[in-house]
Amino acid sequence: MKRYARFILALFLPTLLLGWMTALPVSADEVTLNIYNWGEYLSYDDEECYDVLKEFEKYYEETYGRSIKINYSEFDSNESLYAKIKNGVSGYDVIIPSDYMIARLIDENLLEKLNYENIPNYQYIDDAFKGLYYDPNNEYTVPYTYGRVGIIYNSEMVDKTDVNGTWDLLWNENYRDKILQFNNSRDAFGTAMYKLKLDVNTTDESAWQQAKEELIAQKPILKSFVMDEVFGEMMNGDAAIAAYYAGDYLYMYEDNDALCFYYPEEGSNLFVDAMCVPKGCQNKEAAEIFINFMLSRDAAIANAECTYYASPNSLVYNDPEYAEYMNSIHEDAMDILYPEDFDFHGQYDKYCFKNLDRDTLNMVNGLWEDVKLSDSIGISVYVLCILVIVVIVVMVVRHTVVWKRRSKYYD
Amino acid sequence: MKRRSLLQRFAAAPHIAWSVLFIIIPLLFIIYYTFTDASGGFTLENLSTIASPEYLMIFLRSVMFSILATVICLLIGYPLAYRIASMKPRTQRIAIVLVMLPMWLNFLIRTYCLKILLNDQGIINTFLGNFGIEPLKLLNTSGAVIFAMVYNYLPYMILPIYTVISKMDQNLLTAAADLGCNRFQTLTKVVLPLSFSGIMSGVTMVFVPSISTFYISDAMGGRTFSLIGDTIERQFKEADNYNVGSALSLVLMILIIISMSIMNKYSDDDGGVVV
Amino acid sequence: MKKVSNIYTALCFLILYAPVAVMILFSFNSSDSIFSFDGFSLQWYKSILNGGEAVDTLINSLVLAALSAVISTVVGTAAAIGIFHMKHKWIKNATMQVTNIPMMNPDIVTGISMMLLFITVGTLIKANILGFGTILIAHITFSLPYVILSVMPKLRQLDPNLTEAALDLGCTPMQAFLKVELPAILPGIISGMIMAFTLSLDDFVISYFTTGASFKTFPTYIYSLVKKPFKPNIYALSSIMTVAVLVLLIISNVISARGESSGKPAKVKKQRRTRKEAQE
Repeated sequence: MKRYARFILALFLPTLLLGWMTALPVSADEVTLNIYNWGEYLSYDDEECYDVLKEFEKYYEETYGRSIKINYSEFDSNESLYAKIKNGVSGYDVIIPSDYMIARLIDENLLEKLNYENIPNYQYIDDAFKGLYYDPNNEYTVPYTYGRVGIIYNSEMVDKTDVNGTWDLLWNENYRDKILQFNNSRDAFGTAMYKLKLDVNTTDESAWQQAKEELIAQKPILKSFVMDEVFGEMMNGDAAIAAYYAGDYLYMYEDNDALCFYYPEEGSNLFVDAMCVPKGCQNKEAAEIFINFMLSRDAAIANAECTYYASPNSLVYNDPEYAEYMNSIHEDAMDILYPEDFDFHGQYDKYCFKNLDRDTLNMVNGLWEDVKLSDSIGISVYVLCILVIVVIVVMVVRHTVVWKRRSKYYD
Repeated sequence: MKRRSLLQRFAAAPHIAWSVLFIIIPLLFIIYYTFTDASGGFTLENLSTIASPEYLMIFLRSVMFSILATVICLLIGYPLAYRIASMKPRTQRIAIVLVMLPMWLNFLIRTYCLKILLNDQGIINTFLGNFGIEPLKLLNTSGAVIFAMVYNYLPYMILPIYTVISKMDQNLLTAAADLGCNRFQTLTKVVLPLSFSGIMSGVTMVFVPSISTFYISDAMGGRTFSLIGDTIERQFKEADNYNVGSALSLVLMILIIISMSIMNKYSDDDGGVVV
Repeated sequence: MKKVSNIYTALCFLILYAPVAVMILFSFNSSDSIFSFDGFSLQWYKSILNGGEAVDTLINSLVLAALSAVISTVVGTAAAIGIFHMKHKWIKNATMQVTNIPMMNPDIVTGISMMLLFITVGTLIKANILGFGTILIAHITFSLPYVILSVMPKLRQLDPNLTEAALDLGCTPMQAFLKVELPAILPGIISGMIMAFTLSLDDFVISYFTTGASFKTFPTYIYSLVKKPFKPNIYALSSIMTVAVLVLLIISNVISARGESSGKPAKVKKQRRTRKEAQE
C-alpha cells in the first residue's frame, strides 16, 4: 500500500504545489478589491494617463501599511450587471450602476449601506446630486458621473437638411444600414418612447407596445445593435447615426472631427451613475476608502478627462485647467456637458429612468425579446438551405437504393 | 477473468466522482430550471414559451445556418484535404501546419479581424473603392455570419478528412485505375466512400460549434437577427430569465444528440479521428 | 488540372491567412487605431515589455492551462486505465457515455450548466465561489474526455502478455505498471496533455460563463476589449504568440523529420501516427 501512496503522491505533489502557488498568490495580509464598472469608464491601463487603480494601490499601502490588489472588470449594460449581482454572492466590492438600476438593487436589498465617515470627500459632491429619488436619504450611493443621451451623426455622411433636432433622424430611411441602436432594453425603448412622446416610466402596457412597434419598424434600416462597439463604428465612419451618451461623443469626436452631436428636442434620458457597495462585499472598509479616493482631486480629474463624462464633483467642474482641457478636445465641450443655467433637479425628475415594478419589468423584457427575435433577414438563405437539404436527401436515398439493390444481387 | 490489481480496480474512481459532480449534476440543474418558474414551482410554461413561432424560427434559422456552413466547409475542405494528401510527405507536413496555425490564434481576435476586413470602411471595401466601386454591405448579413463560421471551423473539417485520405491504401487507387476507372470515377467510387468516416467526423465537428455559437452571430450579424446561441446567452447575461434559457439549452442539447445519433448511424463505429 | 488545384489551394490559404495578415499588419501600426494603418512602428511590441493587463491575463491563462492540463492528465490517465479494466460491459459503456458528454455537448450548454451549479452552491454557502477555482474545475471537466480518448487506444494496443511476463518475473503490479505499461502509453498521455493544454488556453465560452470577479483569462479579457476601441498591443501580443507557435511547430517538424521523437503538438502527431500505421 505504501508504494501506491508514494506513486500517487509523486504525481499529485507537484500539481498541488503549483495549484497552491497560483491559487493563493495573495498573502494573508493582502486585501483584494473587486471592482465592476462600465467599459471605458475609468482612467487606467494607459501609459500616458494617471492610472487611478495603481495610484490607489500605492496610496492604500502608504496610508494603511497593507498591500491591496485590485481586480477590475467591466460590464456593458445595467442589465448584465444585474444578472451578475442578483445572487448576492457576486464577490464584487464596488459597482457603478445607473440610477434606475440602483433603485432596483436597493429595492431587492442587494446593496450595503455606506459608512460616510470613511468617505469625507463626499462633501465635494454638488448638493444637486444628493437625495435623488433612487437614494433619497443618501445611504447607499456616491455619484460618479452624470450625463444625457444625445444623437451623434457624421456630417460627411448625413445631409444637413435631414438634421432637424429630433429623434426622427434615427428612423430616417435615407440612412439604411448606417444607423446604430442601443443594445439594452431600457435605452432602446427610451429612444422610441421619447420619439413618440410617451412617458418612459409608465406602467401602461399599450405605451410599451407602441414603442415596440416603433423599434421593430426601425429594425430593417439598422446597421446593428451596439453598446461600446459604437466607438469603432462611428469613429471609423462605418455607421453614420447613433444615439449614445454625451461624454462618449467627445471621446469619438477626438478621433473623428466630422462627428456632430445634439440633444433631441423631445427630450432624452438624463442619468446619474453612482458608486455603490453590493451585498456580499468582502471588505467594505477598503471599498469605502476606494470610493473616497475616486472623489479626491487627482483621481476625479483624471477620470473626468479620460471618460469625458460630466462630473458632479466640485473639485472637477470648478477646476479651470480641466475646463481648458475639455475645451481643447471640442470647443463646445463644457457647454455640451454642463449646459449653462441648467436646472438639474427639475430636468432630472422629468427625464430620468425610474425603476419599474416587477410585472412591468417582465413585460418590457418580453417585448425587448420580441424586438430581438423579429425577423429582418431575407428569404434567400432559407431557399438555399432547403435546396442543399433536398440534394443531401436525394443522395442518401439514392445511396440506400443502390446499396439495397446491390446486396440483393449478391444474395 | 484474471483478478484485477488494486490500481486497475480503483483508478477510474476519481474520474467517476468528478463526472457525477461536474457533468451529471449540472445537467440536472438545467433540467430543473427548465421545468420551474422564477419562484421555483413546477411549470411547463418555459417549454410552451419556446414553442412559439418566434423561437421556432430561431431554431430553424440556426439549423439552416449551420447546415449551410457545414456543407460549404465540406465543399471547400474536401478538395483541399485531398490535394494536401496527394502532396509530397514533406510538403504535406508543412501544409497541415499551415492549416492548423490560424487555430492557435484566439478565435475572438480572428473574428474581429474578419470584421475589419468586411466592414463598410473595411479593407475589402477600401480596396474596391480604388476602382470606383461603391462600398458593399458585407458585414451584418447572414452571409457574413456563415462566412465567419466557415472560416473559424474549416480546419476541423480538413484535418479528419485529410487523416482518412492519407491513411488510404494507395494500391486501391491503382487497382481502380487498372480496372478502367478514370480519375473522376476513382474519386467518386473509391476515395469518397472510403473517406466517409472522416467526412462524418468533420461534419460533426463543424456542425455542433456552428449551431451553438454566440460570439460569431453577435459580431458578424450586428445583432439584428438572433441565432440560438446568442438567444441563450441573452437569457442568462441580460434578460435575466434562467428558466427560458435552460429550456432553450435543453432543446438545443437534445437536437444535437438526435442529429449526432443520425450521423453516427451513417458512419463507421470508428469515427475517424478526434482533433 | 494540376494548375487549377494549385490555384485552388493557394486561394484557400489566402483566405485562411487574410485575417492573420490584417492582425500582423496592424500590430505595426504607428497610431493607436485598429482601423486605419498610419505608418510603421514597433511601439506596440515595446509596450508589451512594460506589462499591463494584456500580459497579466495571458499569464493567468497559461497558468490555468498548465494546471488544468496536469490535473486532467493525471485523473484522465487513471480513468482510462480503470475504464479499460472494467469487468462489466454496461458499467464501462455508461462511464464512456458520461465521459463523452462534455465533448458532444455544445460549449455554451456545458458552460451554463456549470454556472448554474456554481451559483447555486455559492448562494447556499453564502459566499462567492466564482473565480479561479470554478474556471479550473470547468476546464478540467471538458479536458478529461480528450485525455481519456487519447490514452485509450494506446491501452488497447498494449500487449497484455508483457504485463504478465513482468509479473511472472517478480514485479509487483505497481512496478509492472510503472516499468511496462506506463512507458508504452506515454505517447498517448503526452498528446492528451498537450491537447488539454491547448483546449484550455483557447477556451472562451466556458470560461465566460464560469468566471467571477477575481480572475480573468486572456480570452475573456479580449472579449471585454473587442466591444470598445482597443489598442493594437493585443495584435502585437497575438502576433508574437502566432510566431512562437509557428516556430515550435517547425522545430518539432524538423526534429521529427530527422527521425527523432519529441514533444510535438498533438494534432500533427496524430496525423503522422495514423499515416505511419497505414504504411506498416
